[in-house]
Amino acid sequence: MMKNGITRRDFLKSSSLVIAATALHGELVLFNVSPAKAESTTTFKPHAFVEVAMDDTVTVWLGQTNLGQGTHTGISMIIAEELDADWQKVRAKMALAAEVFKNPHANAQFTGGSTSIRSRWDLLRGSGAAARQMLIAAAAKEWGIDAKKCRTEKSRVLNPDGRHLTYGQLVSKARELPVPQNPPLKEAKDYRIIGTARDRLDIPDKVEGKTIYGMDVVVPNMCIAVVARPPRFGATPVSYDTNAAMAVKGVLKVVPLEDKVAVCADTTYAALQGREKLNIQWTTGSHPELNDESLDKLFQASLEKPGAVAESTGDTENAFAEAAVKIEGSYKLPFISHAQLEPINCTAHVEKDRCRLWVPTQGQTWSQMAAAKTSGLPAEKVEVMTTYVGGGFGLRVTADPVVDAVSLSMAMDRPVKVMWTREDDFANDYFRPGSVSTIKAGLDKDGRLVAWSHKVASPSIMSGLMPEQVKNGIDGSSLHGIPDMVYTLPNRHIEYVMMDLPISVGFWRSVGYTINTFAIETFMDELAHAAKKDPVEFRLDHMEKGSRPYRTLSLLAEKADWGGKVPAGRSRGIAVGSCFGSSAAHMAEVSVDRKTGKVKVHKVACAIDCGPAVYPDAITAQMEGGLVMALSVAFHEKIHFSKGGVKTANFDEYPLLTMSGVPEVEVYISNSVHKIGGVGEPGIPTVAPAVANAIFKATGVRLKELPFKRDLLIKG
Amino acid sequence: MISLHVNGKKRKVDAAPDTPLLWVLRDNLGITSVKYTCGIAECGVCTVLIDDEAVRSCSISVDEAQKSKIITIEGLPEDHPVKIAWIEKQVPQCGYCQPGIMLQTVDFLKRQPNPTEEQVDEALDNVLCRCGSHPRIKKAVQMAADLTKK
Repeated sequence: MMKNGITRRDFLKSSSLVIAATALHGELVLFNVSPAKAESTTTFKPHAFVEVAMDDTVTVWLGQTNLGQGTHTGISMIIAEELDADWQKVRAKMALAAEVFKNPHANAQFTGGSTSIRSRWDLLRGSGAAARQMLIAAAAKEWGIDAKKCRTEKSRVLNPDGRHLTYGQLVSKARELPVPQNPPLKEAKDYRIIGTARDRLDIPDKVEGKTIYGMDVVVPNMCIAVVARPPRFGATPVSYDTNAAMAVKGVLKVVPLEDKVAVCADTTYAALQGREKLNIQWTTGSHPELNDESLDKLFQASLEKPGAVAESTGDTENAFAEAAVKIEGSYKLPFISHAQLEPINCTAHVEKDRCRLWVPTQGQTWSQMAAAKTSGLPAEKVEVMTTYVGGGFGLRVTADPVVDAVSLSMAMDRPVKVMWTREDDFANDYFRPGSVSTIKAGLDKDGRLVAWSHKVASPSIMSGLMPEQVKNGIDGSSLHGIPDMVYTLPNRHIEYVMMDLPISVGFWRSVGYTINTFAIETFMDELAHAAKKDPVEFRLDHMEKGSRPYRTLSLLAEKADWGGKVPAGRSRGIAVGSCFGSSAAHMAEVSVDRKTGKVKVHKVACAIDCGPAVYPDAITAQMEGGLVMALSVAFHEKIHFSKGGVKTANFDEYPLLTMSGVPEVEVYISNSVHKIGGVGEPGIPTVAPAVANAIFKATGVRLKELPFKRDLLIKG
Repeated sequence: MISLHVNGKKRKVDAAPDTPLLWVLRDNLGITSVKYTCGIAECGVCTVLIDDEAVRSCSISVDEAQKSKIITIEGLPEDHPVKIAWIEKQVPQCGYCQPGIMLQTVDFLKRQPNPTEEQVDEALDNVLCRCGSHPRIKKAVQMAADLTKK
């Protein structure tokens, strides 16, 4: 039934050469897991990174989720490069979740933190290079020559005498050989695939409508379930009409699940109608007075409380006392939704001794653990088949639908697909947390920044999702971008007030960086203005010369002609930041209609330094997409609350940026030799401050709240 | 029984007449390229062509669609200018919204074969794409228009 190659059926041809790698314990270890060999290594499941088949096909088995970020193609490019494979013969396939796909730096298989490539750079290159070495060794043996004399090109080993053998022809000999543990890697100058223009492998199917997302999974004999969830925090069902739901044609069963009620049916529409007919009466819930206004007050009150000190370097108090100019700014950001277009869903089939999941997840290990816990089966009896994903942005590391699907499969004794409606999605999102902050800074008489005091109040992501990460009242993710800001400052004081709210919060593309960079980078602009310095010059003056952000901002200023002639009626703003191992900078060009307060963003230029640029077009696409998403957040997005629950229900109340609001985009990639960085997230945080700074340039108005309030820009 | 005409074929389905066309296409006919996202005609992701016009399949009943010709993305030939342009410009990221947007583009280009940038913006201003493929969609629409003229 699954069309995207993640069943065992067509896994690993019995005659292939298969190389897997792990770096779980910090050191790269390569394995020959060719089926003939694998049987003897009982601890090692036959999941692998690269498989070379006798028909010359190279299959790259992937554990990273395809979110449309280009990772599957990028990973395949790295392996193909070191293998010297013919790109036309390379296939990327999603594998079942397995130990070998765990992130080398975290004991979990997940796709997040912009880590897919940067955490596996050595591992992927090593796998390809090892397989290549083995193919060369097999050929050299065949020809009776020294392996050093052989070259490789496009899936062939070349003999200096003009003969060649294809990889497919060599597979049966190569797979009997030991795996070289430190295969030599190519130098960047010799790359023929990395850094080149390639078509993404998954795009043709997506254009043909053939791609199977979680919502599209069909398992024989499955039924479809929708779940009525509490409409308010802490609410539980008081009463509901099971008979009315059962009267809907196609409804199979009404299943109570703790504080929820599920309706299982033959078709989606029957399930939806059945849920409506339940007519559930809910209790008031735990926080009936919670709404937008009460939340505002809570945030402001929290910011006035003393916080936990995250960092105090130098002597901030004294530096303020001696500062020539002191400036203060306060910032306010709302809760926002992931609003990924494919609603949350999971299909599960629990049988006597195994559980299978088909799930569009970013967190295979956590899905597996949740299914094991719910079903009572050991984790190794849970098979996780990762489907294509219709947008993740960090939300899909959570496992809520897994728990429901597994519970319902057990209740129904058949496969069950649980799907959320859009309304379920908005009401049950793990939002990007609302956040308020205050920054105070001092400049000396020469306009140099000498003191920085920063306080943030927000609900904590980690205390809900990974409590072991919270230490001494500090959730590092709430402060992302502050202790590790791109500026070097002698005297700095950082405090955090953790708020306790019933609202679920989670990882939203670039997490805390997208929140705090808005505050820092609009404030830096204000400081530059106060110091009467050019915003780029002022920033560079406070950075380590030659550092990654320094180079990135310099690149942008040069490429986008900062300081050059600005088109009539437009104004420019700039911002820079670093996160997830990379640096990005944005320059926005805007005009503002002072009668209506309407802002037109004409153009945004972006520079990104992620070290070696493996797959430039995917990097460009991530920068384009990140910028559209970040503009959407800057201008439109805010979740509303009322009567102790989430009020925002669907896209009519949560508009996203659409075509007419999307500016001209320029992307400049610095293909540097420095450490490889992430790509999915770094393009987000600096967009909103660049636009806000451009708006200031146009109007003299500093916008310190998201989404931007248009009425603040109306003059007269 | 309901009779539908989908991608050039007659199909009979057993569904309540008020069922949104979206769910019949997906659940009864297995045409999963037609996606669900909002269910209230706000996003455009479930768009199909009904008698050559872009319609949101979540908001039309299967009964209403009985007498019409329904086209989904599978019903466009592989060498359709819109498909060629979408691949050439490497438009999709997650890809979930693309079939709907492509079908709306087919409808638009039929009415406006030589669109200006502003007309493209206006014509596609009511569809959602969360990945932000918009800059590439704009280029692909222009390319598809050029290919159609050839």
